[in-house]
Amino acid sequence: MNSESPIWALISTFGLMSLFAVGGAAAAVPEMHRIAVDVHHWMTEKQFADAYAIAQLSPGPNVLIVTLIGYAVAGIPGALAATLAMCLPTALLAYYVSRLLSRPSQSRWPALIQAALVPLSIGLMAASALILAQSTDRTFVALLLTAAVAVVASISRINPLWLLLAGGLLGFAGIV
Amino acid sequence: MSPDSAPAAQEPDIPAAHAPPPGLLALFLAFARMSLAGFGGVLVFARHAIVDQHRWMTAEEFNETFALCHFLPGPNIVNLSMVFGSRLRGIAGGVAAFTGLLLPPTLIMTVLAIIYARFGDVEVLRRILAGISCAAVGLLIAVVFRMMTPLLKRMDVVVIVLMLGVFVAIGVLRLPLQAVLLVAIPVSIGVTYVMRRKVAA
Repeated sequence: MNSESPIWALISTFGLMSLFAVGGAAAAVPEMHRIAVDVHHWMTEKQFADAYAIAQLSPGPNVLIVTLIGYAVAGIPGALAATLAMCLPTALLAYYVSRLLSRPSQSRWPALIQAALVPLSIGLMAASALILAQSTDRTFVALLLTAAVAVVASISRINPLWLLLAGGLLGFAGIV
Repeated sequence: MSPDSAPAAQEPDIPAAHAPPPGLLALFLAFARMSLAGFGGVLVFARHAIVDQHRWMTAEEFNETFALCHFLPGPNIVNLSMVFGSRLRGIAGGVAAFTGLLLPPTLIMTVLAIIYARFGDVEVLRRILAGISCAAVGLLIAVVFRMMTPLLKRMDVVVIVLMLGVFVAIGVLRLPLQAVLLVAIPVSIGVTYVMRRKVAA
């Protein structure tokens, strides 16, 4: 067993992925799914859906699903490596760009590029929703629960935690 | 040229409405607190703490900072912590905010990962997680829907086609993200540039 390679696989995978993850963590979920389930077989479909659920239910940025993927691959070092690889390079990039942009007399390119990225990032998030729905909503009741939460969260300002807990209760009761 | 472009980026002096810049420990603690409060996303809590509670930034400054972090790659809120911390206290402030945001939830997540690895096959836990997964997907759909509404209201066909194209390429065809973005980003920037010129003309 080569104990070094899984850590490096995590670092290179998530380091590279973060640089392309425009539109935040939710937009990167399809790519995480493709890499972790389809390419490297680090996790099963079910494990990935569980990891997403745990990351949603836990406090902190939702990007920390990578901590769970990293742990599944290589234990605690894997968890830390995946988290840092996903978060640190882009944070440093953001730091340098922000210093660059805080100089006066900027062109209109930042605004233009930002506007151009909006539809792409929404398209990515919609793709995440589809991929996750395909792996979690295997029964009609499950589909119904997802739809109900989507509607309630769209039209009300309820704290998302209550909806997650409601889902957990329905699961506990064996309804979903 | 449209007058709305190029917002004045210079704001070197801190206006009087600001509270004095926080110390490193205060930054760390503030970000740790908003991170631990942030179930299902930290953005709402970050804005509340930075703008309303501590008055470290005005609402406009926060919007500008967040917009910057949104169009850069990577997790938005993590980028925000680094940019925000460094604007107040230099690179050390950036690291303090970054660590405050990530360290506590990473520890919690690692503990949860250990629990899951040990008890993930317990039937009750599986059922609960299955229920939570369904709800979590519903939440994601709601966020996508909310972000989509301004685009749909403008009835901008090109933008909607771009959005659908990315959705189909990634969600249905399952193409690799890098390949899709390498095509989609230049196309979208080009289209946006041409459309803005048309509007300006």
